[in-house]
Amino acid sequence: MNAGDTILTAVALPLAGAVAIAFAGRINKNLREGVTLVTAAALAWTVASLVPLIYAGARPAISITEVVPGIELAFKVEPLGMLFACLASGLWIINSIYSIGYMRGNAEQNQTRFYTCFAIALAATMGIAFSANLFTLFIFYEVLTLSTYPLVAHKGDEKTVRSARVYLGILLTTSIGLLLPAIVWTYIVAGSGDFTPGGILAGKLEGPAVGLLLGLFVFGVGKAAIMPVHRWLPAAMVAPTPVSALLHAVAVVKAGVFTVTKVIIYVFGIDFLFAEPSSSWLVYVTAFTIIAASIVALRQSNLKRLLAYSTIAQLSYVVMSAAVLKPFAEIGAMTHMVAHAFGKITLFFAAGAIYTAAKKTEIHQLHGIGRRMPWTMAAFTIGALSMIGVPPTGGFVSKWFILAGAFQAENYLVLATIILSTVLNAAYFLPIIFMVWFAREKSSPDINHGEAPLAMVLALTITAGLTIGFFFFNGPVLELVGPIVGMKP
Amino acid sequence: MINWAEHLPALQVVVPMLCAPLVVLLHPRGFAWAAATLASLFAFVISISLAAGLLRGQTYQYNMGSWAPPFGIELRVDAFSALMLLIVTGASTITLFAARQSIDQQIEEERQPLFYAAWLLALSGLVGILVAADAFNIFVFMEIAALSSYVLVAGGPDKRALPAVFKYLIMGTIGATFYLIGIGMIYLMTGTLNLADMELKIHEVADQKPVLAAAGFITIGLALKAAVFPLHIWLPNAYTYAPHMVTAFLAACSTKVSLYVLLRLDFFVFQANLSEHDIQFSYFLMPLAVLAMLVASVSAMFEQNLKRMFAYSSVAQVGYIMLGASLVNQAGLTASIIHMFNHALAKGALFLVVASLAMRFSRLRLCDISGAGRQMPWTMAAFVVAGLSLIGVPGTAGFISKWYFISAVLSEGAIGVALAIIIVASSLMAVVYVWRVVETAYFGVPQVGAIKISEAPFSIIIVIWIAALANVYFGLVTDVPVMLGTMATEALMGHLR
Repeated sequence: MNAGDTILTAVALPLAGAVAIAFAGRINKNLREGVTLVTAAALAWTVASLVPLIYAGARPAISITEVVPGIELAFKVEPLGMLFACLASGLWIINSIYSIGYMRGNAEQNQTRFYTCFAIALAATMGIAFSANLFTLFIFYEVLTLSTYPLVAHKGDEKTVRSARVYLGILLTTSIGLLLPAIVWTYIVAGSGDFTPGGILAGKLEGPAVGLLLGLFVFGVGKAAIMPVHRWLPAAMVAPTPVSALLHAVAVVKAGVFTVTKVIIYVFGIDFLFAEPSSSWLVYVTAFTIIAASIVALRQSNLKRLLAYSTIAQLSYVVMSAAVLKPFAEIGAMTHMVAHAFGKITLFFAAGAIYTAAKKTEIHQLHGIGRRMPWTMAAFTIGALSMIGVPPTGGFVSKWFILAGAFQAENYLVLATIILSTVLNAAYFLPIIFMVWFAREKSSPDINHGEAPLAMVLALTITAGLTIGFFFFNGPVLELVGPIVGMKP
Repeated sequence: MINWAEHLPALQVVVPMLCAPLVVLLHPRGFAWAAATLASLFAFVISISLAAGLLRGQTYQYNMGSWAPPFGIELRVDAFSALMLLIVTGASTITLFAARQSIDQQIEEERQPLFYAAWLLALSGLVGILVAADAFNIFVFMEIAALSSYVLVAGGPDKRALPAVFKYLIMGTIGATFYLIGIGMIYLMTGTLNLADMELKIHEVADQKPVLAAAGFITIGLALKAAVFPLHIWLPNAYTYAPHMVTAFLAACSTKVSLYVLLRLDFFVFQANLSEHDIQFSYFLMPLAVLAMLVASVSAMFEQNLKRMFAYSSVAQVGYIMLGASLVNQAGLTASIIHMFNHALAKGALFLVVASLAMRFSRLRLCDISGAGRQMPWTMAAFVVAGLSLIGVPGTAGFISKWYFISAVLSEGAIGVALAIIIVASSLMAVVYVWRVVETAYFGVPQVGAIKISEAPFSIIIVIWIAALANVYFGLVTDVPVMLGTMATEALMGHLR
């Protein structure tokens, strides 16, 4: 199989899996879950088989059809997309194991629909990761939005559907109203929308128009959750926790920051954007988002909503870092996508495990729960420390690079923001950590529970391990993304 | 031995026309439907083979009864007419496939054969307009199509269709009369009705007042029939109160056929010969096109009735087509012609969805279909796909035409930027009115005391999904419409010299 076919397989495999899951679901639930796991494993293997090529410097590509002259439906694998695809497909396996425990443990309805839509969402994620141009990316971006709507609305009661409507409404409106015009504008000005190292807009556009186009892109990609288009993310927390974990900590939100980063690096080009003062607003907006979201997170009483606001802040880390427009900062943005993914999926896994075992969703209910669920809460602690950026967790690595980039650009606003937000992160995570380990249970709980089902504990232990592992073994990632900004590791 | 391939342009018209009286004789009702569908399918297959032949480089010219033009009746199929033939026969065929149960519900049994006969007459009339090569036969077929359309629109159970069709009839007749007056004047001046002949002979009398008056009469008359803003007032109610399947058929193709005649006459005969006609054409049509795109879209945004909402949307889309034509250049005209095809796909699919909804919901106001997303999941999912195409989202046919429009207007300099902004604004309004339906259907709760609604019959769902997926297919594989559209434009612009 040549590399082009491998790319197509990576996109088609989850789709085929979705069909198989839909049929298997009519026969037997064990078979259905089996199909999910096999699909996830096959996808991860397919994606992994592309990695050596990228390390070797190849950029495999395949064009499917030219829709109109200059606009192609095409895929091309470059390091950043490779990283994103590895992240999403690898974590899908772990998440599927977790899902089995969660969905069965909570006796959820419509499980076949759940697994089917999940597989479609993964296909869309692969499509986004491997897109060769803005047109292709947009199509899969919309498929991702539409396929995750049934997952968010899973419960089907009125409150859930209302939240799902906010989710769909914000994501569709921003993408069609802002992102699409931005894409059309780019194609017309640059004559192409291909992701090209160094960018395609240099010399084609200047002055305030650059800042405006950047704004259309940044706010058009609602999935990046930059304020004020962040409201969908807390709304999406009504979904079952596996959805929040993989989609709203990894696939969907990372698709957002991935798109923004890719546009900054491959469409604008960091040197072009750095020289253009009208683009400097992005740092301010993301800095504001980080601080504001952290302050809102401080005031949350629901654990998942707290995690959602923490995610909003962390996503803006990635965008702010990309907006610093210096090589170290770009590397920081890309590594932060990985570090945050590991940490946040662990936190969500833990939140879901608490819900499954103890039916608890509020933070003030968590007194002393660490003694009943030591594995879960240990993983939670590791995830939280990674959010703060304490060594030896993955969060420290990316923060290091972001700070280095800020020094490189002599951008002290970024420095101040990171310091302040680290304090805020500590302020909302440390009390929880203290509470679960050292406080006593207030009264005896309704359920005399222990750990969550084995599948869930297994999954969250693995991701907690990855969070720590990333601190020690980040070389492969740096080696992968370094060449994007012309750096040898 | 007869060479059938040679007679395809004529058979295209003759078969549905002859089947019409036969269908009247067919009882019970299932046969009438089957015969009409077969005749329509036959015409569709012919248009596919004609289009395929044209793409291979063949030309089709046919003399009725072997009388040579300009004295005999000449039929001619070029790329423009082939593309339009695909739209018309395709819309008729796919709608008829879905129509049976919906028609059973709306039209009593004994009148059904007559209804299908009128349908076939409308089809043969529309097809006839497209293949006729002389101005008078175009008029004759226009009348056949118009009269049978009045019958079709009035054929449903809704009594409000009668005043609507009366308005439609009056306006349509005025339009046809204007057209006939124009043709008559040209005949007086040139002594010919054959378009190719007319093009040559009108050159000598191009500065005469009657020719100028004729151009005015013809443009206005056809604009009336094509529902060019502000001459569209017959359209919303006619579409709203017609039987649902008739709306799907007519909305996909009928106004476009009038636009076809307008463009063909104008570019073949007037543009090349009348001095400064292109400027008059642009100055007259461009403001109307822009107004249509904005005003009709706003009307659609505030409309409660689903069918009328999409009828207004059709008026706006006619505006898009006129906008491209009013640029009077290769890019603009190509965009218009491609949009005729893509819009037929989107609007046909949308009205099929509406027809499917109508099988289960007794009324079609927004509040009536509240919660339809859960009750009729397949129907509404197809609506989303077709709606995205109407908006012009990448991956759907609608995007292709929007893309051609935007590239075409942007080559016009400063005014082009303004036009591009208007196109984007109008598309965003389409987002609003499509979204309103999605929101009510998916997020609304069913009305209290409403009876339990089930999904539409399988046969309709299949057809709806074929139509919806065609929107995706032609959004990704654009060879056929783009090549035919480009060939058609080259033929039209070729006359400008």
